[in-house]
Amino acid sequence: MKKHLHYLALAMLTVSSPFALAEDTLAKIKASASLTEGVRESSGLSYTLGNGQYTGFHYDVCANIIADVKAHLGLAELKVNYQPVTSQNRIPLVQNGTVDLECGSTTNNIARQKDVAFALTTYVEEVKIAVKADSGITSIKDLAGKNIATTTGTTSVQTLRKHERAAGIDFKEVFGKDHADSFLLLESGRADAFVMDGSILAANIAKSKTPAGFKILSEVLAVEPIAIMLRKEDPAFKKVVDDSIKAQIKDGRLAKLWDKWFLQPIPPANVTIGLPLSEATKEAWANPNDKPTEDYAAKK
Amino acid sequence: MNWDWEVFLQDPGGQHATYWQWLLSAWGWTLSVSLLALALALLMGFVIGMLRTLPDRPGWVLFGTGWTELFRNIPLLLQIFLWYHVIPALIPPLKELSGFTLVVLALGFFTSARISEQVYSGIKALPKGQRYAALAMGMTTAQSYRYVLLPCAFRIILPPLVNEMMGIVKNSSVAFAVSVSELTMFALQVQEETARGVEVYLAVTGLYIVSALAINRLMAWVERHVQIPGLQLSGAAGGGH
Repeated sequence: MKKHLHYLALAMLTVSSPFALAEDTLAKIKASASLTEGVRESSGLSYTLGNGQYTGFHYDVCANIIADVKAHLGLAELKVNYQPVTSQNRIPLVQNGTVDLECGSTTNNIARQKDVAFALTTYVEEVKIAVKADSGITSIKDLAGKNIATTTGTTSVQTLRKHERAAGIDFKEVFGKDHADSFLLLESGRADAFVMDGSILAANIAKSKTPAGFKILSEVLAVEPIAIMLRKEDPAFKKVVDDSIKAQIKDGRLAKLWDKWFLQPIPPANVTIGLPLSEATKEAWANPNDKPTEDYAAKK
Repeated sequence: MNWDWEVFLQDPGGQHATYWQWLLSAWGWTLSVSLLALALALLMGFVIGMLRTLPDRPGWVLFGTGWTELFRNIPLLLQIFLWYHVIPALIPPLKELSGFTLVVLALGFFTSARISEQVYSGIKALPKGQRYAALAMGMTTAQSYRYVLLPCAFRIILPPLVNEMMGIVKNSSVAFAVSVSELTMFALQVQEETARGVEVYLAVTGLYIVSALAINRLMAWVERHVQIPGLQLSGAAGGGH
């Protein structure tokens, strides 16, 4: 029995080692003349229109990056494969080489930096509070003892929990199974507030029956840098991606994409999210960096 | 695969000091939902199953059949949402009930429909003579059920009933959808916070297996002890499933 355990331990060690190998993504792209982009089915910055068509703010940023990669490698043809990813499988798929460039909406944090690398921050998300316009709630302090909706499986749940402990406030959290469900909790009065990423709140309010009936408080509960994800320990590929992002910031393409995705009507329903460029995102574009979310928290 | 089980020692920054304490609390919620719903399901299942076999009471038979078909023909997750979002909109006082209460009702009624079907078929499987013999001995209808029909039917349906009892533990995972912080919600939330999905899902899977298997073993013991010599089905040695 003991001997078997040794073999098992040995087998596990052997299995774990291939992940430690660094891979040269540029060489792989050049050799295969193809690149696999990780996309999301339904996320604020990358989503599907059906029939294998993807779109979104980060999708467009990546399209520009891929054009730059193609030019850098001097390829005449570069085939792009789209691999839908979820928040559960996106990191393993980048690690094992299935996805070369993940263009979803992944928060850059220290825990994830152990497994993957992040490109320069292209979008800074602010966690905010949405309430009914006539509720009279103006600050998180007004929410003591009230029901607060948020969505299971998001960092907002953790943000709320930490606020509760730090400020000694008692919230009654209600968890929706997805954002639409959480918004329904606010709409139906089961919850007095909905705490979530600002862009998601704005999109849900824009799509609701009575957009004027809701408002987003200016208070920012947490700041999270969202970035494009790539494989760790591949500085050559990261440099090409980062240079492309810097060029997009410099020549105003990124600002144009912001206008296209957050201030103009977008498919499929042609609603306008109406989210002006935030100070935090402006700051990240002015000083391009790949700092994790923990650095933003420390600054506050 | 690089394991990192120490993730359970981290501080999630809320009311629980570590993730493993939160995990235990989540297990407690899963067991509470399951056991309360099971109690409700067994009670309602036996009552409704009996009603459906009552002689000369077409009204009650119709009610029992209606109950069974209503609750077993709607997907469980949809029933949860009906209880949580739709029914309170129609009957405002129900808004005061917690998600926990509503999910116990929804899961209990859903499973009661399935149990009632088993009780019904168990009673129908008995020879007609059993009922007649009981009545001929001067028993009332209630007594014939209490002393003759139900004890025999119960022993016949025990194996599928145990299946149902184990199933309710697994079905309790829908409770996450209405904000009960049970094991499935723990898994969805904590894998996001810690980025250690494999460890989190394995731990939660283990606890589901332990819970369902505990019910299985307990009921195997019950099955052995309620066995009547000479009455068990041919070929059934009793005990396992």
